[in-house]
Amino acid sequence: MFGKLTLSAIPYSNPIIMGAVAFMVICVVAVLGTITYLGKWKYLWTEWLTSVDHKKIGIMYLILAGIMLLRGFADALMMRLQQALAYGSNLGYLPPQHFDQVFSAHGTIMIFFMAMPFVIGLMNCILPLQLGARDVAFPLMNNLSFWLTAAGAVLVNISLAIGNFSRAGWLGFAPLSELHFSPSVGVDYWIWALQISGIGTTLTGVNFITTILKMRAPGMKLMRMPVFAWASLCTNVLIVAAFPILTVTLALLTMDRYLGTHFFTNALGGDPMMYINLIWIWGHPEVYILILPLFGVYSEIVPTLSGKRLFGYTSMVYATMGIALLSLIVWLHHFFTMGNGADVNTFFGITTMIIAVPTGVKIFNWLLTMYRGRVRFETPMLWTVGFLITFTIGGMSGVLLAEPPADFVLHNSLFLVAHFHNVIIGGVVFGVFAGLTYWFPKIFGFRLNERLGRWAFWCWFIGFYVAFMPLYALGLMGATRRMDHYDVAAWQPLFIVAACGAAIIFAGIIVQVVQVVVSIRQREQTRDLTGDPWNGRTLEWSVPSPAPAYNFARIPVVRDRDAFWDMKQRGVDLKASTFVPIHMPRNKAAGFIVAGCAFVTAFAMIWHIWWLAIAGLAGVLVTLIRHAFDDDREFHVDADEVRRLEALHGRVEARSL
Amino acid sequence: MSSDPTLMHNGSLALKPGYADHAADALRDLHHARDAVDFQLDHHHDVASTIQLGFWIYLMSDCLLFSGLFATYALLSSHTAGGPTGAELFDLPGVLTETMFLLVSSFTCGLASLAMNADRRNATVGWLAVTFLLGLGFIGMEVHEFAHLVAIGAGPDRSAFLSSFFTLVATHGLHVTCGLIFMAVMMVAVLKKGLTATNRARLVNLSLFWHFLDIIWVGVFSLVYLFGVAH
Amino acid sequence: MNRPPASRFARFTRLLPLLPATLLLGGCHWALLDPKGPIGEAERTIILTAGGLMLLVVVPVIVLSILIPWRYRASNKQAEYRPEWSHSNKIEAVMWSIPIAIVAVLAVICWRTSHQLDPFRPIPSTQRPVHIEAVALNWKWLFIYPDQHVATVNEVAMPVGVPVVFHLTSATVMNSFFIPRLGSQIYAMANMQTAVNLVASLPGTYRGISANFNGDGFSGMTFKVKAMSRGDFNQWLAKAASAGQTLDASAYRALEKPSENVPVRYYSQVMPELFQQILEGEFAPGRLLAKTGTGTIRRD
Repeated sequence: MFGKLTLSAIPYSNPIIMGAVAFMVICVVAVLGTITYLGKWKYLWTEWLTSVDHKKIGIMYLILAGIMLLRGFADALMMRLQQALAYGSNLGYLPPQHFDQVFSAHGTIMIFFMAMPFVIGLMNCILPLQLGARDVAFPLMNNLSFWLTAAGAVLVNISLAIGNFSRAGWLGFAPLSELHFSPSVGVDYWIWALQISGIGTTLTGVNFITTILKMRAPGMKLMRMPVFAWASLCTNVLIVAAFPILTVTLALLTMDRYLGTHFFTNALGGDPMMYINLIWIWGHPEVYILILPLFGVYSEIVPTLSGKRLFGYTSMVYATMGIALLSLIVWLHHFFTMGNGADVNTFFGITTMIIAVPTGVKIFNWLLTMYRGRVRFETPMLWTVGFLITFTIGGMSGVLLAEPPADFVLHNSLFLVAHFHNVIIGGVVFGVFAGLTYWFPKIFGFRLNERLGRWAFWCWFIGFYVAFMPLYALGLMGATRRMDHYDVAAWQPLFIVAACGAAIIFAGIIVQVVQVVVSIRQREQTRDLTGDPWNGRTLEWSVPSPAPAYNFARIPVVRDRDAFWDMKQRGVDLKASTFVPIHMPRNKAAGFIVAGCAFVTAFAMIWHIWWLAIAGLAGVLVTLIRHAFDDDREFHVDADEVRRLEALHGRVEARSL
Repeated sequence: MSSDPTLMHNGSLALKPGYADHAADALRDLHHARDAVDFQLDHHHDVASTIQLGFWIYLMSDCLLFSGLFATYALLSSHTAGGPTGAELFDLPGVLTETMFLLVSSFTCGLASLAMNADRRNATVGWLAVTFLLGLGFIGMEVHEFAHLVAIGAGPDRSAFLSSFFTLVATHGLHVTCGLIFMAVMMVAVLKKGLTATNRARLVNLSLFWHFLDIIWVGVFSLVYLFGVAH
Repeated sequence: MNRPPASRFARFTRLLPLLPATLLLGGCHWALLDPKGPIGEAERTIILTAGGLMLLVVVPVIVLSILIPWRYRASNKQAEYRPEWSHSNKIEAVMWSIPIAIVAVLAVICWRTSHQLDPFRPIPSTQRPVHIEAVALNWKWLFIYPDQHVATVNEVAMPVGVPVVFHLTSATVMNSFFIPRLGSQIYAMANMQTAVNLVASLPGTYRGISANFNGDGFSGMTFKVKAMSRGDFNQWLAKAASAGQTLDASAYRALEKPSENVPVRYYSQVMPELFQQILEGEFAPGRLLAKTGTGTIRRD
């Protein structure tokens, strides 16, 4: 009846896990209780969970990402503590079975459920506003994408309480992830969480490419798009190009584990090397899927906070496209040590190094944008300067790793771990925080507390160097990654320093949580009444903060790259006297239900509860068909209502009131 | 001073004072403004082409999914692990019949599109029904082939070659099955609501999808069956 | 795990004052920067050369990242302000050519060294190379000396100044064979044969590891590499040959069972063709079928 699922799947005997589970349960109960107490269920359901408004979906992505950042960071702290302790006779406090789950979960969560939702959340919140659009191309599909991602995140967290998580690393390298070597449900949790969230991401890719190509405001030619929109376009093209390969790879591993096929096994002609190739054919573009949008974010922040046009727009656009294209032909640099032969290694080594060229150009562009500008050191700018310094170092160690013979000694070492944290924290995470601070007033209508933002920045910035510079050194000392224990005395001091660094970053995260709370309490003083708190240059700053559901009472006409800057220069009046009715998509439950059924199917597959899996699939199908016959999909906001809402923001001409 | 045109209730333009100062700008703005009017009032016209572009992008991603499976098959097709090879297993006449079912169904699907363009509702549904039956026949033959292979001990767990064969062909089959469900839904929708704009847009996507699967099958037939038998 | 938490933390704090000393005096711990053989030395040279070359751009960029925003800070009204200036062909040309030039140099280095340091490439020497077959097991390394007919677990000896060819395979998941002090690592994979050519130029005992995560026993899967004079090496072989144990099929099956932190062991006799049989999946589960698998043998 319940497949492999029995009560013994709950790890009662492990106090660390049970403590974490108890904490999670308390949090969930507290949230649910508060909602019930406030009587907000109906509001939550109709206004948020079923919302097709890109801005609300974006906020839900950001919340998901924030929660998962905390979860993933807890894993990071556990690893740092273990490695600071586990030298010689001291085995630390985590046995390998647990430690291996922790680092697998850390990587999986940070990439799929922290970085991706942050990036996609920012795109959701801002992109349509920048393009002068009222929504994305497929609003309900957008809702579905979010819930599929959320379902994946929930699966990863449930694995803590029921069963266990994968012990095969964040990429689940075969044959270790095969049934023979990993018989428990851990790998299955990993597979299904990634599979359903990956499908959600693919749909996001389709959605945003269509949005960018089809829904730009009149006059916004491609070469007039903001660089963030360009970066998002390239990112989503990469998503559509790369994620199907992830889907295939996971599906083949699923077949191996469920139907006894031999794609990646050691027996009957299976080829584990093919798995490594396939997963990196997706995996390498994936890291550019993460970083490109943030390059876009920096390209928005630098001109705005320097009061100056972006230097070398055209270079920037071509550099972005170049990086996107090159990212598809470098995957083999992740395994120079597989014995591919010198010619193959050289090819992939050189393609990898070439990526440094457009990336370097971008850095020069940002510097030249500040040059002869008026740079305001508000928090987004701090994060940006922190990024420029940190990312340059990460890029350097990356090019070093691209030399195959250097990689022969640095591969799999802590030097590598330091490198990718250097680019992901220095590039992606700093960029997300820069973007969040920058667009926070647009998304929520009030600003984040500046002083706490600075504290958070300095904690992260210093903490990063304290945590990861020792790892570079350890790598050069021959220390490899993923050790739960080691026997070289000289390493321990450096691991202790690294743990201190993690603690400093943790302080930064706490400051950020406090910052959000304080900012909410101070919101009346820091409300953004103009819609344009930074003296912005792009269209998102031309609408009130937060933007009304329909975004633009009238679609703006674009005449320049910095469309809003140009409008301000020409003295265009944002007030209007006449209004037209606006078509809006209706909120629908279908996305939530489909993702819910997909979640049930995935959970049932993990535990081999076949009847439930079939029921879940049937649920997906029935919901989709029912939706196909649902014609009540749009409604009008009539002109008077638009006028009323615009008047709230003082955007109606006095004489027409 | 403002030279921004304002949209009136009736879609005409109200131009503000100062506008005439810039004759060239005025012409350009007028052009932009007309776009803006189209954008705000003729919203629905754009929706169909947006949906179609989205569907094309989805098809491209699906195409890449198949390319992954094709690459896997190409790599593993020689990994027979002492088990049967393609030449020993494939029944070319049978597969050829299967192929004809799908090719003809693509043709009848085209006829359904023509009927739709000619506004002939019943003919549209009729041709869809023929397409559906041909597709069902294709799936039936495929299931039969699979059952036979499993019965003689050449199932997907026998060798890496058979794993990749079953997965590639079955993924295509799964797509055809989804296409059949899509088609059934569309037949009901057209019968219930007629050839509405929504239904037309969806029928265009359906036929795109169906022809796409046809093309994929041509790839499967050539790479898997013809090559397999030739080796 | 045996100690109560309090004493664990006491240890932790006692170590802190040692920290700066270890960092400064720890020169001998930088395995990759203090290699004991020519392969490792060449790789160190590449790391330092490429790193140095990049510092030529990286250092100025970091300095500029601080100087430019500071010089053009909003409060500095003396600084030039040109809000519309956003393009310059000359600057763009320089901007593209600097990274292109550096990458071009690095690409040439990449091409040359990838070929010179290809792990499969025999090391030119007047000495006849020593062949060692290494098998990754869960979670220990088996070393077979095919010409000397001895085998060891988690210890490998080699004469100084003589090239050694390690022939590698795995009886389990992917592993990576790595002796940081000597250079190049390479994967050991089931049904596959890879190879790495190494040589030690100084006697000593070095640390060997599996660098690729492979499951629960990963951290304990280390081995000792003993580089010694030819005479000591012959003595070592004689010691192994007198160990008494024989590595036949049943002994191998017993050894193959998963075990962690395995102590060093010697076998005085090894069944012939054992490595070949492991490579062909003779001992794999369902071996009759596996035997006829791909069996792809890489160039060696």
